[in-house]
Amino acid sequence: MRKVYLDHAATTPLHPEVYSLMCRFMKDTFGNPSSIHSFGREARKWVEEARQQVADLIKASPEEIYFTSGGTEADNLAILGTAAARRKKGNHIITSSIEHHAVLDTCKYLEKNGYEVTFLPVDRYGMVDPDDVRKAIRRDTILISIMHANNEIGTIEPIEEIGRIAREHEVIFHTDAVQTAGKIPVDVEALGVDLLTLSSHKIYGPKGIGALYKRKGLRLLPVVHGGGQEKKLRSGTENTIGIVGFGKAAEIAARDLEEEHDRTKRLRDRLVRGILEKIPEVRLNGHPEKRLPHNANFSFAYVEGESMLLSLDLKGIAASSGSACSSRALEPSHVLTAIGLPYELIHGSLRMTLGRANDEEDIDYVLEVLPEIVNRLRSFSPLAQKHPVGWAG
Amino acid sequence: MYNETVMEHFTNPRNVGEIPDASGVGEVGNVVCGDILRVYIKVKDGVLDDVKYMTFGCGAAVASGSMMTELAKGKTVEEGLKLTNNDVAKALGGLPAQKKHCSNLAADALHKAIEDWKQKASAAAGRA
Ligand SMILES: Cc1ncc(COP(=O)(O)O)c(C=O)c1O
Ligand code: FES
Repeated sequence: MRKVYLDHAATTPLHPEVYSLMCRFMKDTFGNPSSIHSFGREARKWVEEARQQVADLIKASPEEIYFTSGGTEADNLAILGTAAARRKKGNHIITSSIEHHAVLDTCKYLEKNGYEVTFLPVDRYGMVDPDDVRKAIRRDTILISIMHANNEIGTIEPIEEIGRIAREHEVIFHTDAVQTAGKIPVDVEALGVDLLTLSSHKIYGPKGIGALYKRKGLRLLPVVHGGGQEKKLRSGTENTIGIVGFGKAAEIAARDLEEEHDRTKRLRDRLVRGILEKIPEVRLNGHPEKRLPHNANFSFAYVEGESMLLSLDLKGIAASSGSACSSRALEPSHVLTAIGLPYELIHGSLRMTLGRANDEEDIDYVLEVLPEIVNRLRSFSPLAQKHPVGWAG
Repeated sequence: MYNETVMEHFTNPRNVGEIPDASGVGEVGNVVCGDILRVYIKVKDGVLDDVKYMTFGCGAAVASGSMMTELAKGKTVEEGLKLTNNDVAKALGGLPAQKKHCSNLAADALHKAIEDWKQKASAAAGRA
């Protein structure tokens, strides 16, 4: 059976070049980068080369890159580290209602511990209004954290504008760029950010490794205490194998960005066009233009997402859904809720995120299989029966 | 995540659809995740002669509905009222812990359909 992986926003396979470099490194180099002997110095060399590669991907300098255990830890460090360092200045944080849980739940944790958090709404496309950010800023605002692009609906946020506003008001600005790095250009200067989160496993690197970009001179307090690695900001012996893989993945992502961007966008547009043509009563969630090139997110009326995922999986197709039934907590997607979708359409949501492995045949296969699946599920849906015609998406 | 029996019922659900001249109809919505399951019954001489269902729900809801109709068909209405969520889940060979509530949909909707039939039957008897 044909296997089609359309869940690249969840994670990506290792790039073969990353894999072979990691194997080579793993086999020969085991030193602790903090050691002063030749074994340690050899490992250090590799780590610093990777730091340069990661810095290059976001146009930062290597001293501004701090390796962490992934995107989640980098988000935690950015937020908790700023909150702790600026406690005397204020206790107000601004974020959006569509952030990844790594940001959202960290902010909620701070809320329970004496901080005040403003969760900004988004419009029906999932866009934060920079004006809302401006209006939310108070004298005691210490941090703004708005994601670069959303992982579910792919909407790209107006980060440059928010960056200018943050700078005008001298508020620290963090963005989670886990979904954008390697997909669209990410330039810390152009974006005007002070802190930026990266994760390796979304760019064909290994899991369990990521980084926080921290603008030179910005003060942050550590979350993990110990041996003082990563210039005392993130203690713990470096995950050297992960770092080396991440570095290589970052280098490849930068090298192939334009080509991959155009290629996945072309395939994605073919997929969207095909689905809107072949399946009635469907809507595309997220922004029509300002969206990640590889993201498609649909809502199919009258059908439930987990049932769609199971049916697709039986045909070898991997996707994801914001339906409550498909989440561990049985809660509907907070992102689709925030853009104002009624629960039936959240239930019927399906996210497909493309990547390197996909080609035109994959898309045509999905376009052949998915209409049948939706039809079958609709054939026994009590909702389809209630509104047999005239659904306006 | 789901066992083979569940997947088999999900792929080939039994007795899906509507009974246009049903003796009773029952619908339940699930407060946990917002799903819907509707059951139609045809009663003949106190026996569940035909049972059909429709659902807007997850794989476990589809399979539970299917299994419920198989268990209920041919039983008396009293036996149908005694059919529990647990019977459905057990017949399916078990459901993942967070999916137990989906099997509730099926049995609850059946009970509602039977109640609906009872009400209609007694109203008809009253008119007679
Ligand atoms: C926007 C966003 N932020 C953070 C994360 C978490 O990254 P990681 O899996 O490396 O902890 C993810 C990945 O799921 C993500 O999509
Ligand atoms: S019906 Fe929603 S989880 Fe089963």
